[in-house]
Amino acid sequence: MKKETWKELPTGTVNIHAGNSVSNLTGTWRSGRRPEFIEKNCIQCFFCWLFCPHFAILVKDGKVTGINYDYCTGCGLCAEECPTKEKSIVMVKEEIKLAEGRKK
Amino acid sequence: MAVKLKDLAQMEDKLVAGHGMCLGCGIPLIFKMILRATEDPIVVANATGCLEVCTTIFPRTAWNCMWVHSAFENAAATAAGVEAMFKALKNKGKIPADKKIKFLAVGGDGGTYDIGIQSLSGAMERGHDIVYVCYDNNVYANTGGQRSSATPLGASATTSPAGSKSPGKVQKKKDLTKILVAHNIPYVAQASPHRWQDLYNKAKKAFEVEGPAFLNVLCLCPTEWKYDESQGIKLAQLAADTCAWPLYEVENGKYKINYKPKEKKPVLEWLKPQGRFRHLFKEENAWMLEAIQKEVDRDWEDLNKLAEISGA
Repeated sequence: MKKETWKELPTGTVNIHAGNSVSNLTGTWRSGRRPEFIEKNCIQCFFCWLFCPHFAILVKDGKVTGINYDYCTGCGLCAEECPTKEKSIVMVKEEIKLAEGRKK
Repeated sequence: MAVKLKDLAQMEDKLVAGHGMCLGCGIPLIFKMILRATEDPIVVANATGCLEVCTTIFPRTAWNCMWVHSAFENAAATAAGVEAMFKALKNKGKIPADKKIKFLAVGGDGGTYDIGIQSLSGAMERGHDIVYVCYDNNVYANTGGQRSSATPLGASATTSPAGSKSPGKVQKKKDLTKILVAHNIPYVAQASPHRWQDLYNKAKKAFEVEGPAFLNVLCLCPTEWKYDESQGIKLAQLAADTCAWPLYEVENGKYKINYKPKEKKPVLEWLKPQGRFRHLFKEENAWMLEAIQKEVDRDWEDLNKLAEISGA
């Protein structure tokens, strides 16, 4: 994100770029598990979209098409609330990559 | 007409991704629904709290609509002021007379039950055409989990900790919804994110009603309630099933219960999954569990009576 200088910034801490938080990728602090979308089981009930706190369910042309891992934090609400008999979203383990020099 | 999730999913988001809320947080689930309940442009006045802090980390903002930051105590006053200015400009002819804008004030339980109640009460009494939404997660989650007046009986919070001498919070939760009913405003409701249709309908009614409206919504908080974050929606369901958080609305003074569980579950089931109530299951605190059950039963009975009087 480009940092604005005082010449460009509007007076009085006004943010004129509505919705620019999309550059903040919350997926980078995922919990160590991530949901996997299985399309053939999906009945398009949109419960995963409804219960995703981080707006990480991809919807295209009125259909759930997958998960946006840029924002998914791996809370597991989508997999838990998926109503199909054979789950359309399952949680899988994922290795956490720590930043250089960080210990667990 | 019943609304479909598929259609809602294709509407434009007024709160977008990239906010810094905890995993499994209940706040976005609530506002995903509420912000979709109106098609008019919307102005949000946001009291300090989790939602405000997490969505607007400078220089970023997760709001895709007009948004004003307020201090803890004056979200309702801010919204009321904006609404009054809108009316004045309309009268002067600077804004077309048929222009419609909705005004939403938002606060957590700290900013509503405790610190903001004075300005909230004032705005409601003056009859501004605003909607106030309180997302009630029972605790000051943003500052580290201090108890608020919305913290339920027996819960352990950092300023009402459970220990050998203390069974958690010993005071009962304030019933803010009923306080707002006492303001004689056209619409007051209590909702929960797990029943999304109910929440959507209530938000729609609140926006459409002429005059002030108040929504009190239970908000899941895995960080402070200390439960497995994936179980959040099931927990909200339990809150409704045990009648610890009854879903009802009050329209022009008439009570209506929106959800009556087929079988009222013991309140234990709602308390058990949450770490903040863990100490209650020790032998010496058994009296507290009984007290909580008694309170919940009494409140539920009272509510049923009120609904009966209203003829619902």
